[in-house]
Formats: sequence, structure tokens, C-alpha cells
Amino acid sequence: MMATRRVPLVLLACGSFNPITNQHMRLFELARDHMHSTGQYEVVGGIVSPVSDGYGKQGLVLAKHRIAMAKLALRSSNWVTVDEWESQQPDWTETVVTMRYHYERIQKEYEPSAGTLRDSRGHNKNVSSPSPRLKLLCGADFLNTFKIPGLWLDDHVEDLVGRFGLVCVSRGSLQPERAVHESDTLYRHRRNIFLVREWMRNETSATEVRRALRRGLSVKYLIPDSVIEYIEEHDLYTEDSERRNEGVALRPLVKQAHQPVNSLND
Amino acid sequence: MEGQNLTKVVLLACGSFNPITNMHLRMFELARDHLEDTGQYNVVKGIISPVGDAYKKKGLIEARHRVEMTRLATENSGWITVDPWESLHPEWVETAKVIRHHYEELVAAEHNIDDVDTVKYGKKRRVEEKYIDSSAHPKRKDGPQLMLLCGADVLESFGIPNLWKPEDIAEIVGRYGVVCVTRSGNDPHKFIHQSDALWKHRKNIHTVHEWVTNEISATHVRRALRRGQSVRYLLPDSVIHYIREHNLYSAESEQKNANVVLAPFQRYTDASSS
Repeated sequence: MMATRRVPLVLLACGSFNPITNQHMRLFELARDHMHSTGQYEVVGGIVSPVSDGYGKQGLVLAKHRIAMAKLALRSSNWVTVDEWESQQPDWTETVVTMRYHYERIQKEYEPSAGTLRDSRGHNKNVSSPSPRLKLLCGADFLNTFKIPGLWLDDHVEDLVGRFGLVCVSRGSLQPERAVHESDTLYRHRRNIFLVREWMRNETSATEVRRALRRGLSVKYLIPDSVIEYIEEHDLYTEDSERRNEGVALRPLVKQAHQPVNSLND
Repeated sequence: MEGQNLTKVVLLACGSFNPITNMHLRMFELARDHLEDTGQYNVVKGIISPVGDAYKKKGLIEARHRVEMTRLATENSGWITVDPWESLHPEWVETAKVIRHHYEELVAAEHNIDDVDTVKYGKKRRVEEKYIDSSAHPKRKDGPQLMLLCGADVLESFGIPNLWKPEDIAEIVGRYGVVCVTRSGNDPHKFIHQSDALWKHRKNIHTVHEWVTNEISATHVRRALRRGQSVRYLLPDSVIHYIREHNLYSAESEQKNANVVLAPFQRYTDASSS
């Protein structure tokens, strides 16, 4: 089949990246391989979008550090980049809003002159080829968050899976299939939800990395050497830093919970 | 704790390293953290010893490539190194012999530091004299210790008939010691309990629990490479680059030694039948 007939695709990953781990970068590799294997898509880019400090998650270090670490980690990647927009917003930004921003940005970049975007093999894209799509890259646990009452607005879910789409990497369980099955919205858009299976169990999480760092244990080979050096240099993950935002409600829960109240007032 | 009271430890890992992955390297880090956390040991060195080509394992590519990839992978480590000694032998070398060799090297190096004579036969004799039944004295009072670093699967393999000589198991576990990093689904305590040989020397078996499962198998990496899938972040970039450059893992290379009996089985089965 011709590569030019494929739909260009950009993958966006939103999260804390506190800090970025090899596993985060692995998700991009797995997702790209999977989307290529469908024969329908050509993955032309990947975006890492660290959440802003306003997210209120416990142990979240400053965005400037999380951005710096992600940039160091992705220096060796020729297709995944870090974007600071979301992290620079004073308040937490809904994932859909971040997606809309990136989608519009990509369309603008793409329209005026052909060749601003390069595909994964470094070739300039043809003027005649379709403009890139944007899909959210996520882990298996992400699908379960749709079940948490008050966390998601219905029209956001609709936009996220209907208009954009999801690429979800799971670790060998049937959890994501179940999440799709149990949600009518997800089920309706199931063709826009791509489930990627990771056959090797890799439980490296940023939480585990922070825990090891606090305890003075090695994290080598879990995160890139350059990130380890940055953490040491700035003395980033300590018992003190882990207490940041302790007892603070996660911003999405606060923000979303107030919206129905607002709509009643209107 | 006083630095001088700590027993120096060198960790030795034997295996195919076909190719080396981040998980192999991670095992060293986990083992060092664990041993040093006991307050008894100072881990000074890690040695990776890729098996020779005569091992005859299916899909085993040439040792020179496996050694070179391991060298590249350990370039960024301040304490892990590769040693080609085992891989250079035309015949398969029993793990016990590999351990013995590295222990002698270690003792010799220590004596060189102490500025004591390094006459070869004298050195060897001193090694013999240092032999203490470690089931009675699990910790030697002086001198560095060499421990075999392995996954739970190796400990489990001690129970496979004709794969190991019983006296080798006794020597490895009794005289030197084993650091076993457990992977998901393997319970080393069960194998230790089920084997009289291991149970006898259980105090010489240090088990390290890997809380964060990181199951990067070389088999999986080879499979992904054959299928043209990404293996990035599973092994160092320098190793991936080397594999590409030499076009190392293909459907063809995976057929190497297909239907050939593994060297240990050949040797011990012949020995028992003769």
C-alpha cells in the first residue's frame, strides 16, 4: 500500500511526567508501531504535554523542571517533542481543551505551506495529502477515569473519543476492553479507540521512580541518565517535595464539580 | 557503619545476553542496592560474562557481537563491566568454572593491591587455603566475595536434571553465594525450600524483590526486531544502533542451533551414559 494514502497522525500524551520515565517514551513507540500496522495511519509526530502546576497533584514538582526533564529525555527522539502550552496555563486545563489547542495549532502549521511537517521518515509531506489527525495517547488506567463521577463532562468525552480518538496501551489485561464495554459513549465510538497490547509487563511508574529517589535507591535504566543528572543537580525528589499539595483536592474534581452548579445559576 | 567492616563484593552475571537489555543492567542496580542496604557489603564491581558460542542455544548469535553490545551497554556505568573470558572459549564452560576464574582474578588483584607476591601457583594455593565452608561461615572475615547474580529462573533451573552438576550447585551456592532477583510469577523461596542443596546454603542466597516488574526479555526483543517493531527504551540506543549496523537479529539468525542439544545437556547426558 502507498504510504501517501495513509492518514497522517499526531499522538498527544497528557500527564504529570513527574518525572518522565522510559516507560512513557515506550508508550509512544508501541502506539506508533500499532497505528502503522493498521495500514491506515502514518504517525508524523508525538507530543508530550506536561500538566500545569495548578493540577494540585501530590508531589508534583514545578512545571519548569518537568518540562526540562522531558526535553532532556526526548533529545534523542526524532519524532516526539515536548510542548509547554498546557504547563504554562495558570489553572489546570481540561484534556479536551488541550487537544483542541493542539489540533488547531497543527492545522494552522500545516495549511499555509506544505513541508512544515515531516513524516517519521523525515520526508516532507505532500500538499495533496490530508491534514493530520490528532489522537490522545493514554495508558489502560485512563479509560477507567471515565467512570469516576464528576471527573468528566459528557460533551468532553464525546469530543475526545468522537472527534479526536484514543490510542490506549494496556499491559496485558482485558481492563480497557471492559472499560469500553461498560461505557455507552466509549462503546459508540469504539472504532475510534485503538487498543494496543504491551506484551511485556513493565510497571515502571513515575510514582515508583520518585519513591526510589526518596529512599536513595538506584533508578538507572528506568529513566534516562540525563534526567537522573538533572534530578540530582536540582535536588528534585525528596520527602519534602512529595508533601507538595498534600491534602489538596485534585483540580479536575474541584473545577468540574462546580460546573453543574454554575449551569443551574444561569 | 564503618567502611572497613564491609565485605567487598563483586557481582558476576552469566548468560546469553542475546542481546543485553536494560533489565539485565537493572538487575545489577537492584542487587547492589539490596546488598549495601544490609549494612554488611560494599559492592565494588559488576561483571557480565556472555556465554560462548558453544552453548548452542537457539538463536544465539556470535559471541563477539554479544560482547561488543554488552560493552556498549555498560559504557555509561561506573561499576558494571563486560568480561569476554568465558565467551572466548571454544568449548562451553561450566558456570562454576567461570566463577572460579573470576574469583581467582579478584583475589590476585587484591594481593597486587596489598603488594604481596603474585607468583601464579602461590596465588592459586592461597585461593585454596581461603576455602572455608560457608554454610558454617556465610561471611568470610577478610577478602572480597564473588557472588553470582541471577534471576529466579536460574535458581529454578538448578532443579532441571542434567543441566547442572550437583557438586557445581553446591560450590556456587555454598562457597560463593547467589544474589537472586525475583521476577513476577517466580517464588525463589519455594525453589529453595524444595531443593535440599539450596536449603542447606539458604543463608548464602540473597533474594532481591523487584517491586517494579520490568520484564524485558531478550527473546521478546529479538522477536520485535525480527518483526521490524521498535525496541527503543528497552535497551540502550548504542546497542540498537549496533544491531542495525550489523543487521544482527533476523528470521535466519533465530534458526541458529535449531534442534541442537544445549551444551550442558550434551555433556552431562554423555557423562552419565558412559
